[in-house]
Amino acid sequence: MFEGDFLRVLNIDLSAGTFCVTERPDLKPLLGGVGIAAKLMLETAAWDKAPLDPEQPVIFAVGPLSGIFPLATKVAAVFRSPLTGEWGESYAGLRGALAMRFAGYDAVVIKGRAARPAYLRIDRNGVLFRDARGLWGLDVEETGRLLREFEPGRGHRSTWRIGPAGENLVYLAGVNVDTFRHFGRLGLGAVFGSKNLKAVVVDGTKTYPIRDPKAYNAAYEAVYREVVGKPRMAKYHQIGTAENVMRLNETGSLPTMNLQAGRFSAAREISGETFGEKSLTRILACTGCPVGCIHIGIHRRRHPEGFGYVSSSLAYDYEPIYSLGPMLGLDSTDKIYALLAVIEAMGLDAISTGVTLAWATEALKRGVIGEKETLSPLEFGEEKGYVTAVRHLASPPNAFYRDLAKGLAHAASRYGGEDFALTLGGHEMAGYHTGYGFLLGHTVGARHSHLCNGGYLFDMKHGADFDDAALIEYLIAEEEWRNVLNSLVVCLFARGVYTPEASARALGSIGIPTTPEELNAAGRKVFRLKWEVKRKLDYSLDSVRIPKRYFETPSGTGRLEPERFERLLQLYRKRLAEELGGSQ
Amino acid sequence: MKVLRVRDIDRCIGCYSCMLACARLVFRSHSVVKSAILVRTRGGLQSKWGADICRGCLDAPCAEACNTGALVQRPGGGVIFKKGKCSKCGECTAACIVRVIRLDDDGYPIICAQCGQCARICPQEVLAMEEQKGV
Repeated sequence: MFEGDFLRVLNIDLSAGTFCVTERPDLKPLLGGVGIAAKLMLETAAWDKAPLDPEQPVIFAVGPLSGIFPLATKVAAVFRSPLTGEWGESYAGLRGALAMRFAGYDAVVIKGRAARPAYLRIDRNGVLFRDARGLWGLDVEETGRLLREFEPGRGHRSTWRIGPAGENLVYLAGVNVDTFRHFGRLGLGAVFGSKNLKAVVVDGTKTYPIRDPKAYNAAYEAVYREVVGKPRMAKYHQIGTAENVMRLNETGSLPTMNLQAGRFSAAREISGETFGEKSLTRILACTGCPVGCIHIGIHRRRHPEGFGYVSSSLAYDYEPIYSLGPMLGLDSTDKIYALLAVIEAMGLDAISTGVTLAWATEALKRGVIGEKETLSPLEFGEEKGYVTAVRHLASPPNAFYRDLAKGLAHAASRYGGEDFALTLGGHEMAGYHTGYGFLLGHTVGARHSHLCNGGYLFDMKHGADFDDAALIEYLIAEEEWRNVLNSLVVCLFARGVYTPEASARALGSIGIPTTPEELNAAGRKVFRLKWEVKRKLDYSLDSVRIPKRYFETPSGTGRLEPERFERLLQLYRKRLAEELGGSQ
Repeated sequence: MKVLRVRDIDRCIGCYSCMLACARLVFRSHSVVKSAILVRTRGGLQSKWGADICRGCLDAPCAEACNTGALVQRPGGGVIFKKGKCSKCGECTAACIVRVIRLDDDGYPIICAQCGQCARICPQEVLAMEEQKGV
C-alpha cells in the first residue's frame, strides 16, 4: 500500500512454476488481512473441488498496520479447510508480518501443485521455486534449521514449514512459523502437503519512507505507551496465557479428561505459575511487539541411557497445556513437554491432537474401539502411549489412524462415541467450558474458534445470569469488530488498545483517513464475505449438532440445558439472516 | 557525551522496538532494514539474542577511512555523518572493526547517530546510554 493507491497481490502457480503481481485498488476498502483474503478466496476458490485439490488456493495477507505499529504482528491465512470442508482461517505471529510487509506484498495467493517437493522463497524480487526433495520427510525443527542455512535474510526473514503430518495430508496438521508460532488450526499443513509445498521463506528488505513523520510518530508512541508497562498487557508477559489454567480451574471451566470434569486435580502442577517456576528460560516477542508473550521453557530430561541430561526448548501457552494436560490427564510439566515435543516435531495442531486423543482414550475405555485400533495403550495420565499415538497420527499405520487423521468428527462418525467427541462445527474444541457463550460462539463463529467472537469472555463477565438477546448481539458485534482487527492485522491481545477510535487514528497517521463508523462497516462487510464463502461451500447452521457431553458436565457458569442452547441457536440464526440480508 | 551500550542482552525479547525506533526517528523509514542497531539471534530463535551496535569508538576507524569528510569523529565517541559529503565509496563498511556499518539501497552508509532513541524505547532496559570510558 506504500507503493501506490492499490494493494499488491502476489499470485503463485505451483503447477506452472510461475508468478505475477497484480495491483488492486479495489481491495483498499477491505483494509487488508482477513478482509482482502476473504475477497480473494471468493475470486479464486474452486467451489466444486475437494479441499486438498491442487486448484484450491492458500491465501496469506497482512494489513495496513502490519510491521509498522506495535502488536500488528500477525499474518492471516485463508483456505478451504480439509477438517471442516468449509471456511479455513488461521493466524500466526513472530516474524511473518514484518517479512511479508517489507517483501512488498499485501497478499499472497498460492495455487496448484508442484511436480515434486518444493519450497518457495518470496522476496522483493518475486518468487524462487526451490527443490525440496531432500527436505521432504524431515521434522519441523530440522527443516527450519536447513532453511535458515539455505536462505539469506537473517533478521527480516520468516520461515513457514510443515512436518511429516502435513506431508501425509493429516487434517490436524498445521504450519510452523519461526519455530515457536503456528498457523495451527483447521489443517493448513495438509493443504501445504497436497501442494507438495514443504515451506515458504519470506524475506522483507524493502524500505518505505515515512510520509508524515510527526503524525506517525505520535500515533506510534501513543499505542506504544498504552501497551508497555500497563497492567492490561503485563499479564501476557509475566505468567503468559498459561495464567488461564488456574483461573479456569477455579470456576470449573477447565475441560478435563475429555470433559468428564471441569476441574483438574493436578491443575497447580501444570499451571502457568508452575511452568514458569520450573522451566521458563526466556520470553520472546513477535517482531514489533514490545509486550512479549512467547514463553520458552526448557524440557530437560535424563539422557535415554542415563548419561547425564539432554534438553530442548519448547514454547508453552494455555492452549497446548489445556489440550495435553487436563484433557489427557497429564499431571506434570515433564509429561506435557514430552508430548508437546513430538507434536511440534511432527507439525500437528496441539489443540486438535489433544482433544482427538482424549476422545480415543475414552472410546478405548468404553470399548467403542480396541487396542487393535489404537496400537498403543491410551490411558489418562500416561504420556508414553500418547507419544506413540502422535507418531501414528502423523504417519498413519492403519485404518484407524487414517480415519483419525481426518479429524475427530470424522473418526467418531465412523467408530461411534459421538456424544463425547468434543468438536463444535467440526473443529476440536478450545479449552473454555465457560458456558453458553463459549458453546454457541465456538459453534457459530466463521472458523469455529473461541476467538471468532470471544463468547467465553461473555460467560466470564456475565455468569449464568444473562439475557439471550444480549448474548446474540454481543457475538455478532464482537465477530464483526474482530474482523476489523484481523484485517489490520493486529494481535487480539491488543484488542483493548486498538479501539475503533485508536485504530482510526493509527490509520489516519499513515495516510488512510477513516472513522470508527467506517471501520465498523468494513467489519460487517467482511462478516458477510465470509458467510458468502461458507454458503458456497454448502455450510449452514441447520446441521449443527452438539455432543451431549457439553450438557452433562457442568460448565463454569453451571449446567447447560440443550433446550436453552437450541433457543439461543435459533435466535442466532434469525439474527444472522437479518445480518446477511437473506435466509439462513 | 554518552554513547550507546548493550547493558543486559539476556533481557532482550527480540521485539525490534529499538530497530523500529531507529528507522522511524533517525532515518524516517518504516523498515527495520534502515536501522543502525541490528538485533539478531545467534542462530535461530532457540538461541540467545545479540545486538550489533556502533561501539562509539573515541578514535573511529570509519572516520579515519573516510576520504571525503562525511564521517567525522564525534566528541565522546562515535561519528557524525554528513550525508552531503558522502561519495558512497563504502570504505567505512570495511573499516568498521565490529562490522556494523551497512549500506542502504541508495548506497549510503547507515550510521548510528548516538541519539539514544533505541535505548529510550527498549521495554526491557537492554540498552543504555553511558559515558565512554576510553580504551
